[in-house]
Amino acid sequence: MCLDCGCGSDQVNIDNESHRCGSRRVTIETDILAENNNYATANRQFLAEKNILALNLLSSPGSGKTSLLTRTITDLNSTHKMTVIEGDQQTSNDAERIRATGVKAVQINTGKGCHLDAHMIGHALEKLQPQNDSLLFIENVGNLVCPASFDLGEAYKVVILSVTEGEDKPLKYPDMFHAADVMVINKIDLLPYVEFDVDKCIAYARRVNPEVEILLLSATEADGIDEWYDWIKRGVSRAQGETIIGAHSVYARNLGAPHSEGK
Amino acid sequence: MHEISLCQSVLRIIEQQAAQQNFSRVKTVSLEVGRLSGVEPEALRFGFDAVMKDSIADGAILEIIDVAAQAVCSQCNNRVEVKQRFDACPKCGGVLTIEKGEELRIKELEVE
Repeated sequence: MCLDCGCGSDQVNIDNESHRCGSRRVTIETDILAENNNYATANRQFLAEKNILALNLLSSPGSGKTSLLTRTITDLNSTHKMTVIEGDQQTSNDAERIRATGVKAVQINTGKGCHLDAHMIGHALEKLQPQNDSLLFIENVGNLVCPASFDLGEAYKVVILSVTEGEDKPLKYPDMFHAADVMVINKIDLLPYVEFDVDKCIAYARRVNPEVEILLLSATEADGIDEWYDWIKRGVSRAQGETIIGAHSVYARNLGAPHSEGK
Repeated sequence: MHEISLCQSVLRIIEQQAAQQNFSRVKTVSLEVGRLSGVEPEALRFGFDAVMKDSIADGAILEIIDVAAQAVCSQCNNRVEVKQRFDACPKCGGVLTIEKGEELRIKELEVE
């Protein structure tokens, strides 16, 4: 401890100018994203309690996220309850496109922000009031960099890449493709007109993320769209299955405890 | 530019700590930034000064502790330094699992 000022420094060295009386060093050791991650955990818990499958859709601008979403909503509307959170820097154009399908959508404008964060999603959920056993699509801001770092509380991150972009995007934006659970290659109906090597793209994606699931489709022409719906439906049953298993184990514990105490 | 919102998170953590650890001014902020954290140190510096302005950390020095990326090979179990996420093991070509380099932490503060 510093005898001059009592500042608590245990590294006092009279000749060391770096010790300035009146100042002290405090250890923080806190993850900068901890606050976001706490909100994400709360969102995840809220969604799990309501058996809601949340998908975070990520891509660069113009990859066809909104087109895939409107098609998905139109095709699944008769069998699934759905809500949408739209993220864009400005305008509510995308939310209006979604609302035109008859599904409830909330638009988040991030202003100068380049990504959605878990706090914004928490507020959007309050506004949306999604029903139990439903699907929630979160369309993130079109950006392959920043949204990779922000957990929103979703079940899966879906990264969408269209064949009009370069096949080397997974290598150029490795953080995003590494974070994704699924990669959707969109606009495959345009393959005859563009120089996009599908095999190379898949190999690059697997290099940054060996476990990533890969789907090829065209949101406008419907090629491969059924595989996308199958994947969503598997996610829905998993979301509901997990909660049922979770509820059973809680139930079992609650049943077990009084008996063991009674003995 | 998510570095700006990271700086805002840093400021919120500092303000919470100021109440808990009883300080009113921050002179230095030390951050650990891994090379695979997706953060550009220069953008962080740029955002830091702007975000800290008129706060208890106005004018604080930002120390960035660079954390090299380290990975372990799933085949030969060697630990190697990597530059990018998709590097293969330089010794055997095996798939690497990142162990270090994704850090994004406030390490310590110099306060008064």
